[in-house]
Amino acid sequence: MKDYLLQLADNALILGHRLGEWCGHAPEMELDIALTNIALDLTGQARSLYQRIAELEGLGPNGASKDEDDYAYLRDAWEFRNSLLVEQPNGDFAHTIVRQFIFDSYHYYMCQALTQSTDEWLAGYAAKSLKEITYHLRFSSEWMLRLGDGTEVSHAKMQAAIEDLWTFSGELSTPNEVEKNMASQGIGVDLTKIKPAIEAKWPKCSPPQTSRPPLVHGCNRAERTATTLNTWVSSSQKCSSCSGPTQDRSGEH
Amino acid sequence: MTSLNFETIFQSKIDDETKIEPKDWMPDAYRKTLIRQISQHAHSEIVGMLPEGNWITRAPSLRRKLILLAKVQDEAGHGLYLYSAAETLGADRDDLVQQLLTGKAKYSSIFNYPTLNWADIGAIGWLVDGAAIMNQVMLTRTSYGPYARAMVRICKEESFHQRQGYEIMIAMAKGSPEQKAMAQDSLNRWWWPSLMMFGPSDSESTHSDQALKWKIKRKSNDELRQQFVDVTVPQAEYLGLTVPDPALHWNEARDHYDFGEINWDEFWSVVKGNGPCNRQRLQARVKAYEDGAWVRDAAIAYAEKKEQRKLAPEAAVKAA
Amino acid sequence: MKNTWPLWEVFIRSKSGLSHKHVGSLHASDAEMAVENARDLYTRRNEGVSIWVVESKHITASDPDDSDPLFEPAKDKIYRHPTFYSVPDEVTHM
Repeated sequence: MKDYLLQLADNALILGHRLGEWCGHAPEMELDIALTNIALDLTGQARSLYQRIAELEGLGPNGASKDEDDYAYLRDAWEFRNSLLVEQPNGDFAHTIVRQFIFDSYHYYMCQALTQSTDEWLAGYAAKSLKEITYHLRFSSEWMLRLGDGTEVSHAKMQAAIEDLWTFSGELSTPNEVEKNMASQGIGVDLTKIKPAIEAKWPKCSPPQTSRPPLVHGCNRAERTATTLNTWVSSSQKCSSCSGPTQDRSGEH
Repeated sequence: MTSLNFETIFQSKIDDETKIEPKDWMPDAYRKTLIRQISQHAHSEIVGMLPEGNWITRAPSLRRKLILLAKVQDEAGHGLYLYSAAETLGADRDDLVQQLLTGKAKYSSIFNYPTLNWADIGAIGWLVDGAAIMNQVMLTRTSYGPYARAMVRICKEESFHQRQGYEIMIAMAKGSPEQKAMAQDSLNRWWWPSLMMFGPSDSESTHSDQALKWKIKRKSNDELRQQFVDVTVPQAEYLGLTVPDPALHWNEARDHYDFGEINWDEFWSVVKGNGPCNRQRLQARVKAYEDGAWVRDAAIAYAEKKEQRKLAPEAAVKAA
Repeated sequence: MKNTWPLWEVFIRSKSGLSHKHVGSLHASDAEMAVENARDLYTRRNEGVSIWVVESKHITASDPDDSDPLFEPAKDKIYRHPTFYSVPDEVTHM
């Protein structure tokens, strides 16, 4: 359970962190506000989840309980459970929008399914977050269209961003051991069931020629849960087959 | 009616505390003064996002990170409220932004100082927002309606900004010796620039008299500065920090604090572009504007295409 | 021509039962974006339950120079106001 919540929380934290980097530098001032709003929502979601984990963990051997910041700030890079997608650098605005759209479409259907969780707390958390995520998905879907179907320049930039980021889409909808286990208990979401909905959303927001079949390969988090790097630590080494970061010590992932 | 008559009527409205609204007749100089002042104020909010935005990724707790995100976001919002007020006077936002980016328009010099440690985020909230609020509370009663209404909104929202800053200062000043030293260092660096925020002294200020007559401003620079010192010094004492001014003392007879002379050479030097971060701040804004051009263009192109597609089926029907 | 997003005026209903009220303006490339920008800019603190946006160029305003012919004539029609009429104190609920 704790690992499952950590995955959800770390995704929200890291993506919120990335979006926060835009603050003051966005393409238009109205967009500074919009991106910050999404960052606030995601950071808030991460906070609730970390608080819940601390609650579930209870008192540690030293008689003290952990708090949200212990998880957000006092873990090492390899202990983070976020997907590779969310830690990708902001790049240009096209990269930010494509990253956001891929994540939002997963996040939306995942959270929608999570409202049916047998765990009362998670179901409540999902119901609350879904309202925020619905808005995020609308925002990123609209921008996919504006930029994909805007000018030749924007189209080319979107195409490049999709080429760069699509490889990370598979990981989100491919269940790892933690997710399989939680889904089998009715607590977590069965990703195989929502995958068609996620993939059906993609072409709707990809104008002609920008669309590309979703890449199913991706990187599988289950194979490298111990190696996930995050935005606090960036790696220059990339896996030759999937562009994911490799693990520093063994070179495996 | 002659323009002299118009001016008499205009001034009598001001004297009667009747607000001036966008389409009302107003002297050209009033319009120009307002556009200049409101847009400078807007630029200050937008440039002001940078020194604090610098710490969003490094805020020391999730709570602090959320607060800072919300605060910097508010500043973008306040910039937009103000540009919106300036646009009611016939100015175009993009023209105003161009003036900022080309260095023709000024913004508050305070943002040309660097944020070096986390206590600076506290000091900005406490001192810089504190000084800004003094000015803004006065401006809620300014004679131009849209500006006054924007200020009411801004003041309501700003009240949390100063409090969160002071809260950070309390945490640092009452924390470890290292934290207290950071808080003191921060006060040392921000105190004088904060006093400079009120502008040149009344004897030097070129725009002050007319602005007071038109009730754009309702208090002079020196009055506001005194008011700021009087409320802020006890707050520093509560923190156990020392205000970096040996001349500072309570004057019983005046019922105010006396304080030392501002380093006006530094003031004018930073105004003229030679502060520690002037170049860096403008470069960041220019980069955001230039890097964003293709995004803004694409959004317009898409809106036009969508509009055409809406019209196209009708045209097809008519042709048939 | 300059390629900038057009200006929109924003009206917010602060709660059900009240009219939409003008709150300010913003820039957006299309109507959907205008609503979203309005939501982010003018309702960050729960200030609204409904938003209207209209491109500023579509608003027609009365001319302040016409305010005498437009609004003065209504001032002396005091018989439109209930206080114009005298009703005996004994008569209630009127």
